[in-house]
Amino acid sequence: MKYEKELKKAFSISIPVMMGYIVLGFAFGLLLTSFNYPWYLAPIMSIFIYAGALQFVAINFFNAKAGLIDIAIASWFVNIRQSFYGLSLLKRFKNSGNFKPFLIFGLTDETYALLTTIKDDESLSKKHYYLFLGLLNQLYWIIGCTSGALIGSYVKFNTAGLEFSLTALFVVLCIEQYKNLKNIYPFIIGAISSIFALIFVSSDKMLIVSIVSSLILMFFLRKKVEA
Amino acid sequence: MSSLEIYLAILVMAVVNYFTRVFPFIFFIKKEPPLYIIFIEKYFPPVIMMILIVYTLKDIDFKIYPYGFKELLGICVTAFLHLSIKNYLISIFGGTIFYMALVQYL
Repeated sequence: MKYEKELKKAFSISIPVMMGYIVLGFAFGLLLTSFNYPWYLAPIMSIFIYAGALQFVAINFFNAKAGLIDIAIASWFVNIRQSFYGLSLLKRFKNSGNFKPFLIFGLTDETYALLTTIKDDESLSKKHYYLFLGLLNQLYWIIGCTSGALIGSYVKFNTAGLEFSLTALFVVLCIEQYKNLKNIYPFIIGAISSIFALIFVSSDKMLIVSIVSSLILMFFLRKKVEA
Repeated sequence: MSSLEIYLAILVMAVVNYFTRVFPFIFFIKKEPPLYIIFIEKYFPPVIMMILIVYTLKDIDFKIYPYGFKELLGICVTAFLHLSIKNYLISIFGGTIFYMALVQYL
């Protein structure tokens, strides 16, 4: 295959996401079918929506028979943080041509974290490497959601704690970010604003409050952040 | 909800979700992004990485025993593995297995 190297690299860095997405997706599929919704909604939702938190909230929308306008507004608030992600990728995605709409569609928290941390390998075709990474991550999510919906209620094994793989992934990426940047201020800003939000805001609004307050802090401490 | 309503709801969520992700790309399609965007572009990833660590722990109740101790220990083990062995798969698998053992056997 022409882009085998790109695929291999994308696969190797996506393994932690695979662990996390299969577990979380599995939990989603299991929850969905526990309310007697048909199993095939799991692949449909993971293909077309592809957003963890939003898909869990969607089950509440179905149960509550929510109106479409309410759904649109609530969905926007659940995922509004992702509007900030693209800002760090404007340059990177600039020359990705036909792949660009899909690369943008695939911008989950985890894919964003990998894309902004792993250094570009100049020998690789970037746009293919980004494409494979996006495709693989979504594939893991589809597999997780679908298998949870299909077999979730029949199998029993103790996966308690496996979801920590996503925490561990972000810890590792955070350390890598520090190695690139060598400035502690952005990390302190992230820690303060998220711990503040964790304490004072309900958990469904925690992420957006952290992001907005950290942006304000960033501009306030601009000189130190850039030092 | 009837199945038609469910499909409409999924369609609405799919469109809104895509809109949140594509928004900055539409907004800055032609013009060169202003200086504050270049600032965010560079320094936002480390900030968000820190926030995402805390976010994955949002459902842990730090007020009751063991006060998030297992999660903090899991993070320390992951960070220690990563700083010493420098292989991210070992760090992530090692940290996760350690945490699972804490949660399942303690």
